[in-house]
Amino acid sequence: MAKISRRQVIRTGLAAGAALAATRCARSEAPVGTPNNPATGPQVNTNQTKDVTLRLIGTGVSQINEVRDKAQEDLGFKLDMRALSTEENNQIAITQPKQYDIFDGEYFSLPLVVPSGNLQPIDISRVKDYDKIVPFFTQGKFEGMPVEQSQGTAPYRVQYLTGPDSKEFSSTPTDYATLIPFQYNADTLGYRPDLVGRKIETWGELFNPEFKGKTSILDIPQIGIMDAAMVAESLGLMTFADKGNMTREEIDQITNILKEQKRAGQFRAFWKTFDESVNLMNAGEVVLQSMWSPAVTAVKSKGTECIYAPLKEGYRGWGGGIGLSKNLSGIQLDAAYDYINWMLEGWVGSFLGRQGYYSAAPENAKKYMSQAEWDFWYEGKPASEDMVDPFGKTLEKQGAVRDGGSFKERFGNIVCWNSTMKENVYLVQKWNEFIAS
Amino acid sequence: MLKSWKTIQPYALVTPQTLVLVLFLVLPILMILLVSFWQFDGIQMIPGFTLDNYKSVFTSDVTLRTYLNTFKYVFLVWFFCLAIAFPVSYFLAFFVEDQKWQIILFLVCTVPFWTSNIIRMISWVPVLGKEGLVNSFLTGLGLIDQPIEWLLFSDFAIVLGMVHLYNFFMIAPIFNSLMRIDRSLITAARDMGASGFQILKEIILPLAAPGIAIGSIFVVTLVMGEFVTVRMMGGGQAASIGKMIQTQIGSLQYPLAAANAVILLLVTLLLVMAILRVVDIRKEL
Repeated sequence: MAKISRRQVIRTGLAAGAALAATRCARSEAPVGTPNNPATGPQVNTNQTKDVTLRLIGTGVSQINEVRDKAQEDLGFKLDMRALSTEENNQIAITQPKQYDIFDGEYFSLPLVVPSGNLQPIDISRVKDYDKIVPFFTQGKFEGMPVEQSQGTAPYRVQYLTGPDSKEFSSTPTDYATLIPFQYNADTLGYRPDLVGRKIETWGELFNPEFKGKTSILDIPQIGIMDAAMVAESLGLMTFADKGNMTREEIDQITNILKEQKRAGQFRAFWKTFDESVNLMNAGEVVLQSMWSPAVTAVKSKGTECIYAPLKEGYRGWGGGIGLSKNLSGIQLDAAYDYINWMLEGWVGSFLGRQGYYSAAPENAKKYMSQAEWDFWYEGKPASEDMVDPFGKTLEKQGAVRDGGSFKERFGNIVCWNSTMKENVYLVQKWNEFIAS
Repeated sequence: MLKSWKTIQPYALVTPQTLVLVLFLVLPILMILLVSFWQFDGIQMIPGFTLDNYKSVFTSDVTLRTYLNTFKYVFLVWFFCLAIAFPVSYFLAFFVEDQKWQIILFLVCTVPFWTSNIIRMISWVPVLGKEGLVNSFLTGLGLIDQPIEWLLFSDFAIVLGMVHLYNFFMIAPIFNSLMRIDRSLITAARDMGASGFQILKEIILPLAAPGIAIGSIFVVTLVMGEFVTVRMMGGGQAASIGKMIQTQIGSLQYPLAAANAVILLLVTLLLVMAILRVVDIRKEL
């Protein structure tokens, strides 16, 4: 066998240890300007927040280097971003409050995160453009469209807290917000028109035997169950009093329906991450599945046709926003509010808009978008020029129209939201049963 | 003075390792054990003492079915790993004469570990998928009209993925024990007129048993806790205990996940003890 003497191994190990120790020591140096490491010259602090570093956690959707760089440039302090999966994001938010300053998470996580007391209520009077946020988030109103009656963890239901130290949601607007919305979208089924061969217009098609072994749903209980509920309702297999808050009997019934479908071989696979859904679709493993909007965009940008079907029953909505850690105070808290205000100011909104997400304050985002971009992404008009995403990739050719149309048509027709139900524990148990069946 | 140093010496030598094990193995396991008795109200954990988590594990028939499914993977993966690893190690130990080539070929066996676990598994999709290499090759030859669907996202794919991943853990210990066999024993057996099969059965297999046992322990424990391969290769449709725990953790149900983890640990330890009952691996050490 290989002749590596023990001495050699020990020597290498020691060297590695020493190197590690050296870097640790170098890093533990006190920040410039503190008593242990005085600044070298006289210093006038005009902008106190400039020494601040804010640590953000969030999903890959929003933790993007371009956004960080622009924010650092505009705001003058440092941002440290970590991109996590939805599940990891919740776990860290709840169990490791010291690991982050700003939580960028989904509204349906709030019934889990807020009771932990790790977020501090946002003082709305410090948020400059709060009144420019789409009124559905702040008041539950949206021009009388169906979204006002939507079921599930709709953002405005968890938008407010009862007081400055509260862990309780308020059903009416107060001065204290949980999250400031960041990006959101209306989700639906995506399909390959070349392999399906006709138009898909209802959620029920997901269980159509025609697509046996070629469909897929999400393996995240709180989201997957909503898709399943949309399908079951559409086919008339069952009805729900409130999809967003199912009873045990309803959960039993819907998981039984799912199990039947699984046994019959309806599903090709279940997916958990964005990339998986893109791969399944792009490789032709699946022709019809529940998808996220940018995933459809990603499939298209690989040259594969993919349609994000507007369905007659409506959309499943999701939304994410920014919350503040309870650890923030003083100039760090000031910096965090600066970040919130910067985020609503419009640049980020346009950045997200070019990828197909919606911004919390669309009129601000409009300032940074060209007329052609605004018309395509928000107004549902044919693209008057090629649509290019912020990374330089062409997403849509001139003349294309956004699937589902305008912001109003898409957002206004959201009928349910990703949900954390009262019976969440039971749901997860039944979901595991479904996977194991 | 010198004598007392001599008595302390062994303790001093084991101290670092003991500390590491206590801090990073024993303590975390105790924490898991502790949490498994806590309560969970759907939103947060409440320290306390309840047997509800264990009750819900033992009263659900999903648990049994998931364990049976996991055992199925354990057996299949163990069987195929052994079936591949023994001939490979045998070839390396007895047919490759040059020690340099032995080492080179042995290192070749580690090639699957040169890329990350995830990448290796994602690469299976273009190979086994409906429009993948195997299917387009077979349709190209005209052997099949419809792509074979069970190649990917099936039990077949899961076992294939895991055998590919864990085979080396079987090869290494078997190769090691085969290398230790005194060659004069084989020469002697041959001189006494033993056939090749008799040599294999009477000498090589018994002497390789400790290596097989160690390899089996590796493979069994790895597969018992497996969830990444099960999810990726099974397309999320197959269940294993590890995957069940992962889903529970993902939904923040730590106490229930902890109870499952404790049971999984006990079951795995039982399996390891069973292997040790059959083969005395101390001969190896």
